[in-house]
This record gives sequence, structure tokens and C-alpha cells, in this order.
Amino acid sequence: MQFFLEATIGGLMSGMLYALVALGFVLIFKASGVFNFAQGAMVLFAALAMARFAEWLPQYSGISNKLLINLVAFTGAMVVMIGVSWLIERLVLGKLVNQEGITLLMATLGITYFLDGFGQTVFGSDIYKIDVGMPKDPIFLLEGMFQGGILVSQEDLVAALVAAALVAVLAAFFQYTGTGRALRAVADDHQAAQSIGIPLNRIWVIVWSVAGFVALVAGIIWGSKLGVQFSLSLVALKALPVVILGGLTSVPGAIIGGLIIGVGEKLSEVFIGPMLGGGIEIWFAYVLALFFLLVRPQGLFGEKIIDRV
Amino acid sequence: MLYRENGQFKTSYAADQQIFPIAQDRYLILALVAAAFVLVPGVASEYMFRAILIPFLILSLAALGLNILVGYCGQISLGTGGFMAVGAYAAYNFLVRIDGMPAVAAILMGGVCAMAVGVLFGIPSLRIKGLYLAVATLAAQFFCDWAFLRIKWFTNDSSSGSVSVSELHLLGWTIDTPADKYLFCLGFVLLFALVAKNLVRSHIGREWMAMRDMDVAAAVIGIRPVYAKLTAFAVSSFFIGVAGALWGFVHLGSWEPAAFSIDRSFQLLFMVIIGGLGSIMGSFFGAAFIVVLPILLDILGVAVGFNTALASHLTFMVFGALIVFFLIVEPHGLARLWSIGKEKLRLWPFPH
Repeated sequence: MQFFLEATIGGLMSGMLYALVALGFVLIFKASGVFNFAQGAMVLFAALAMARFAEWLPQYSGISNKLLINLVAFTGAMVVMIGVSWLIERLVLGKLVNQEGITLLMATLGITYFLDGFGQTVFGSDIYKIDVGMPKDPIFLLEGMFQGGILVSQEDLVAALVAAALVAVLAAFFQYTGTGRALRAVADDHQAAQSIGIPLNRIWVIVWSVAGFVALVAGIIWGSKLGVQFSLSLVALKALPVVILGGLTSVPGAIIGGLIIGVGEKLSEVFIGPMLGGGIEIWFAYVLALFFLLVRPQGLFGEKIIDRV
Repeated sequence: MLYRENGQFKTSYAADQQIFPIAQDRYLILALVAAAFVLVPGVASEYMFRAILIPFLILSLAALGLNILVGYCGQISLGTGGFMAVGAYAAYNFLVRIDGMPAVAAILMGGVCAMAVGVLFGIPSLRIKGLYLAVATLAAQFFCDWAFLRIKWFTNDSSSGSVSVSELHLLGWTIDTPADKYLFCLGFVLLFALVAKNLVRSHIGREWMAMRDMDVAAAVIGIRPVYAKLTAFAVSSFFIGVAGALWGFVHLGSWEPAAFSIDRSFQLLFMVIIGGLGSIMGSFFGAAFIVVLPILLDILGVAVGFNTALASHLTFMVFGALIVFFLIVEPHGLARLWSIGKEKLRLWPFPH
């Protein structure tokens, strides 16, 4: 029981992180109909920028206050991400309006390659550290109920809290600001939104910037856990089944999908894995999502698509 | 007026139905095939065979298979690498477990196994559409990656998942020099391209295309979606499986699951898109482009004097940028450029 709970909590924590990356996918798909394969590359790129800025800043300016360094590096990385978003809109998506879904998907794959190469050219391709002062020690919960308590990594706990806060902020942004309303309008119907004077180009830049911001947060959390390196961009492959499980257009879907995948993955690895020879984490999420889609093709909270001739 | 068509009359049904109804096309293709069989083995260097020609042929075959699924039937698949792996490992198992198994039969049986797996993973396509399906097919990719790494039976109990095929024979012909391997692949590719071309212009190809253009409308006019989609998955995976077996047997010789990773899936999808969706010719153009481009970029990078790490990063960048550039400038791919060229040649040298 204790072991089961530990695995479940661990799964929930990592599920929160998957949800964070998945959120980036959902935001962009909702507002522009682009399935953004480049989200993983953006996570890597943002984390690389953050790690390197935090490293360069003390070297060149002599600032040694850690909080200040991290803040400046964060701002710098955010500016870079906004720049990248603007360029993507300008150079790629703006020219591919009204193309089919697969063309847009391929374009984001191209962006993935470009960003991977560009990030490593500019920022280097070693393993870098991000240190934002996340607590590393594990803590024990419910010591009264179980022998020795339930082991929870404090780092994961903080990460999950940050992710939850981010989701709340995004939800509020979408619900209560004028820009948020414009974003929802564009998500509903491009043409109608355009005809009442909502500038599509600017909206897309904003959406991509928000996705860049989410990527940056995800990159910082994953990066301080695993170190910033190329494999970080593969986190996106974990987020894909989360997105389709939750439904491509649903923010709550991304969160709940993330939690389901996180828990399912941990439990399957612990309880089914040994029977099959281990390492089933790689495909379990996908197969789970696949079976789920057979029952409900639009995902948990996705919009039902009605075809008309 | 290199492409003058007037005066070419079709006076029989056979003449009307041939693959290349215009004489110039026919002669050009025949000349190309003849050159590929006779001229190329004489002049190409060993490096050309190993680095360019053999990969080009095998990847063309795989791209052809993928193009049937994505270009003709409209089902996006990211699991191509997995199906290639199934073909390769199944063919390997047939070869080593059955005494006196001819290599060609093993390769074809590998294709059949890939076909079975392809149909299995194609079943969700009856319910799921578009981008959801694209991600769902990744399940096939990751499952195959895992299976060939972890399940020892598939790799004949080799410890690292790496297997090797020593020597290929075809009716007493030992295929060991690069030129032999090239001819062996060329035979396969030519045969399969012919089959593919004929399939897509037959009734079944038309069903696929109807399914791609609008599946609900196709169903209304009496095309069975189950049949159309699953046959597309079957034919496509068969081609891809055979290509996978050739990739392992002929190109690599010894291989491990990493040879068929998700990068291979993306690479093949790029070939199909850049070459031209829904075009047999385009599969070849795309394969040529994607095979040659990295080599050229590498040579260029080294010539300019970048170190290898930087050169490889720059290759990534240029590759990504070119993909985006192509999508923007010519979304219908190289095959479209080819047909524009033919249009121009009709009137050349008088543009009007």
C-alpha cells in the first residue's frame, strides 16, 4: 500500500510536468490550429537560453546575487522566446495560412530541426545546469500512518505547485483579460474574429509567446531536474500522448491527461514492467492513449468533430 | 517543342491506358532505367554506391510505401521506422531460423509481417483521424523500438539487439560487391514502383484518393472505409517492410533497433512531403533530395572549415530551414516542379 501510494504520488508529480509541456501544444493548437511539434525544441531552446544567460551574467557584469541573476536570465530568455515567436509567425506561419494540417505539422517539424541546431550553435551543446534554488531533499508524509512515511521528492512537489500556479494564471488570463477574450474568439473562428477587427497576426505572436513562456517554465523545471541537454527536447514526445488523451483543444484535458499518463506510466513500470522485461515507459503512454482514442476518438475533453458532406 | 504531343494518336484501349501515354515520357523513362542498369554500375565509384545510390534506392522504396498511405490515402503516419524495423527483423528471423531460406523470399516474408503489423496499427484509423492518428501511429514506432531491444527472441538472443546478415544469394548469384547490391536493390525498386503505379491508377487507388479527399462523401457513394483504409495500410506497410529488410540486409549488413528510430520516420515523411504528396515520381525526387542534401552540407561545412560539431548543428539548421522554405514556396513538392517543367517544354522555345 505504502509502495503503491509512493508510486502514485510520484506519477502525479511527473504527470504535472508532462501536463506543463502538453499545455504549450494545446495553447497553440487551440488558437491557430497548428499542431506544434516544435514545443519540445522550444523547451530545450528556452532552457538553454536561461542556463547560459545565468552563466554569462556573473562572468561579464560581476553580479553575484543569485536571485537577481536568475531574474535577469529569466527575463532575457523570455525576450528571446518572444523574438523567436515573432520570427516564427513572420517567416513561417504567416506564409502558410490556409494550408492543410499536415503541411503545418511538417513546418513545425522543420522549425524543430532549425531550433535544435540553432540553439546548440549559439548556446553550445554540453550539459548545463539551471539553479533556481529548488529544494532537493526528499520529505516524508503521513509518518503516523505508515512505517517510515511516504517518500516524496520536494523538488517534484515544488515543480507540481509551480505548474498548478501557471495553469491558474493562464486560465485567469484567458478568462478575464481583453487579450484572452480575443484569443478565445480566434480559437472559435478565425474569419469571424478577423472580420470584427481582431488582428490575427498579433494574436498568433501572443499565443506563440505564451507557449514560449510555458516552454521556458517547463524547461527550467525539467532542466534543474535533469540538466539542460539535447535529451530535454524529447520530453515533448512524452507530452504528445498526454495531448491526444486529453483532447487537442482542452486545457483541463492537458492537465488531467498529464496526471493519468504520469500515474499510469509509473504504476505500469512498477507492476507490469518486470513481467515484460522493463522499459515499457517508452510506449505505455502511447498505447494507453491509443486504446483510449478507440473509445473516444476526440480525447477526454476534445471537441467532437462532426463531418458534413 | 521538345514535348510536342500533337500527332500522337491513341487508336487502341491499350495505348490509351499505358502508364506513360506520351512518347517522350516513355523514351525518357526507358532511357533512365537502361542507364541505371547498364551505365551506372560501370561508372559509379564504391563511395557513390555505398553512400548515395543504395540508400537512395531503398529509401525511395520506403517513401513510395509511405506516399501510398499519406499521399494517396491521406492517413498521416509517424510509425514508418517501426514498420521498417518489423520488416528487417522478421526477414532476419526467416533467414536464420529456416534452413535454406532464399534471401529474396525472406525479404518478401519480412514485408508480409510488416503488413500484418501495419494493418493492426491501422485499425485505429477507422476511428481516429488526422493529427490524432499521426500521434497514435507513434505508438507503433515506440512499441517496435522497445520490442526489438527488449524481446530477445526477435534478435535470436543476441545481447545488444544487434544482428547481422552475412551473405546474400540469388539463384547462385552472390551479392557482395557494391555494384551487385545496387543492382539487387534496383530490381526490387523498379518492380515495386511499377506495382505501385498500377495500384494507384486502378480502382483501389481511386478508392484511396476518394478517402483522402473526403472520407464521408466517399462512404456515401459506396466506398467501404474499412476496406480502403486497411488496404492502404497493408500495401504501404508491405512496401515499407520490404524496404526495411533491404536496408538491414543490403545497406547495413548488421544493424540494431536504433537504425529504425523515430528519426527515420520523420526523414521519410520529409521525403514524401518534399517530393510531392500523391506522386510516385515524387517519392524518388524526395528520397534523392534528402539523401544527397546532408552529404552536400557536410562536404560544404568541412570545406569552409567548420569543426564537425558546428557543421552538424548547421546541417540541422539548414535542413530545417529548407523544409520550411519548400513548404512555403512549393507545397506540392518537387514533383510539381517537374510537371511545371514539362508544361514549359511543350511550348519551348516559344512561350506563347
